Amino acid sequence: MSLGAKKGAYMDEPLIFERSSKGRNGVEPAALDVPGVVPSKVIPKGLLRDGLDGFPDVAEIDVVRHYTRLSQWNFGVDTGFYPLGSCTMKYNPKINEEAASLPGFAKLHPYAPAEFTQGALRLMYELEGYLAEISGMDAVTLQPSAGAHGELCGLLMMSAYFRDKGRPRNKIIIPDTAHGTNPASSALAGFTVVPVKSEGKGLLMPEAVATVMDEDTAAVMLTNPNTLGLFERNIKEIAETVHRKGGLVYCDGANMNAVMGIMKLGAMGVDCVQFNLHKTFSTPHGGGGPGSGPVGVKKPLAPFLPMPRAAKDGDKYSLVSTSPKSIGRMKSFYGNFSIMVRAYAYIRRLGAEGIKKAAVTAILNANYIKEKLKGDYHLPYDTFCMHECVFSDKFQSESGVSTMDIAKRLIDYGFHPPTVYFPLVVRGALMIEPTETETLTTLDEFIEVMKKIAEEARTNPQFLKDSPTTTKVGRVDETRAAREPVLRWRENGREP
Amino acid sequence: MEFPKDLKYTKEHEWVRLDGTIATVGITDYAQDSLGDVVYVELPPEGGAVTKNEPFGVVESVKAVSDLYSPVSGSVAEVNDAIVDSPEAINEDPYGDAWMIKVEISGKGDLSDLMTAEDYQKFIEEEK
Repeated sequence: MSLGAKKGAYMDEPLIFERSSKGRNGVEPAALDVPGVVPSKVIPKGLLRDGLDGFPDVAEIDVVRHYTRLSQWNFGVDTGFYPLGSCTMKYNPKINEEAASLPGFAKLHPYAPAEFTQGALRLMYELEGYLAEISGMDAVTLQPSAGAHGELCGLLMMSAYFRDKGRPRNKIIIPDTAHGTNPASSALAGFTVVPVKSEGKGLLMPEAVATVMDEDTAAVMLTNPNTLGLFERNIKEIAETVHRKGGLVYCDGANMNAVMGIMKLGAMGVDCVQFNLHKTFSTPHGGGGPGSGPVGVKKPLAPFLPMPRAAKDGDKYSLVSTSPKSIGRMKSFYGNFSIMVRAYAYIRRLGAEGIKKAAVTAILNANYIKEKLKGDYHLPYDTFCMHECVFSDKFQSESGVSTMDIAKRLIDYGFHPPTVYFPLVVRGALMIEPTETETLTTLDEFIEVMKKIAEEARTNPQFLKDSPTTTKVGRVDETRAAREPVLRWRENGREP
Repeated sequence: MEFPKDLKYTKEHEWVRLDGTIATVGITDYAQDSLGDVVYVELPPEGGAVTKNEPFGVVESVKAVSDLYSPVSGSVAEVNDAIVDSPEAINEDPYGDAWMIKVEISGKGDLSDLMTAEDYQKFIEEEK
């Protein structure tokens, strides 16, 4: 067994602009075989851009080396353990990539007629069905392109549902253990957010919801399991409380990795849920996407789903665009199709039993880490957790070591830090989500390193303050970067 | 850590000082210390209304974004624009230069439900 980040042979690399040498280029365009046009003679002056000063003149090999070298500075789930809580950074089996790159999918034109796209339409239709089955919902849209986009889609449907009933509602109840994006999505959809606090054990209580629930409240929006990694065990009673006043229940499905195949949200009174395909269903995640956030709904909300959707008639598939009460499109074309292919491949490969086993293993791994580390790190909610566990820096803060120092030191040992300072209900939180894809050996290495860091915090706190030391850059000045952001390259510091 | 005796404190870690009908509001030393380096602050416009226990602004540090809760109800008489440009003042002088808003309070201005310096110190000890 080997521990520690490797000091690899990564190369120094300047900015691409700094590689520029005037007149150098990667391609020699062929001579024009049509008459040349001078732009300023045919295009109005106001629409013309001045020259592109500062645009780098580089050879093809410069460009290839530049980006290859930068990629070697990167850390991804293909390089090492990535226990980022609340994010489900699990390994994406390469067969999903293989499926998505099949030319029949990858090179499909979005305007190709239905008779040439039967396979793609069937995949979309069946994926909707699988997601409905997994969540216990009645209908699904695949359009939204990320989790928060899915939230917005669900909220817009709920808003349309109440308008359609002739009694618009303007409030959404959100507990402090819900996902961070929920209040923002609610505000964007035109709702006022009513916050409620979880009780001492990190769970939402039905009484807390009952106190604020009224007939102007459209829904309660909760995350289950919540951002503390705990299962909201009162969800059924909470749903009943909300339903009694005619409200709806939205569940943020970002943490579905812990419950898929084990339980159905639909059976617990949830009316609307988004799936983060890029988290739970093993498609690439991070680096800005593309993501995919399909939304599942119960029957009463189904008329409001965005269109178009794939439909099946006999053994023929088609796209249906008309639905009088639809909220309209959420995305151009049909959503991020290649992500759907990956999720489809993942679900088909695992099957019902495999999906359940993935969730069970994710829970087991998180509890394993929690039990092994709870003597070394403070565990604010010492209870059975789901797919992630939350520690704090309380023990280490006695010697002046903070969560940030622990996170930075982990980098030296070759691990990506967990989520830090979130959820906000825990001071100095360290949120660890190992996922089901890691081996016992990797988990044990991580645990050993975390114990070692706890020991270092006791004996040599300065060591942690100076970390990371094995990386290309050590501590960056996050404060200055936030206060005086430099968002654009400038030659010698001035405008190019 | 300092907690001036002439101020009243909220559970959300704001302080308030009442001079006649004008309440000056900021965040506590403990709040700035927990947040870490503050990089951004958003305050309401002058003349805007604030409501007791409701958010009136946002403070963002390298660690987290937090709502600012008003300890009083009334209308905003003055806003400390200087801290919007240099939010580091919140870390340096939370009770002085980095006051956030002055509120012309509506009603009697009863602060008796807020904590004294001593109560607040006990409160944060428990919260740790």
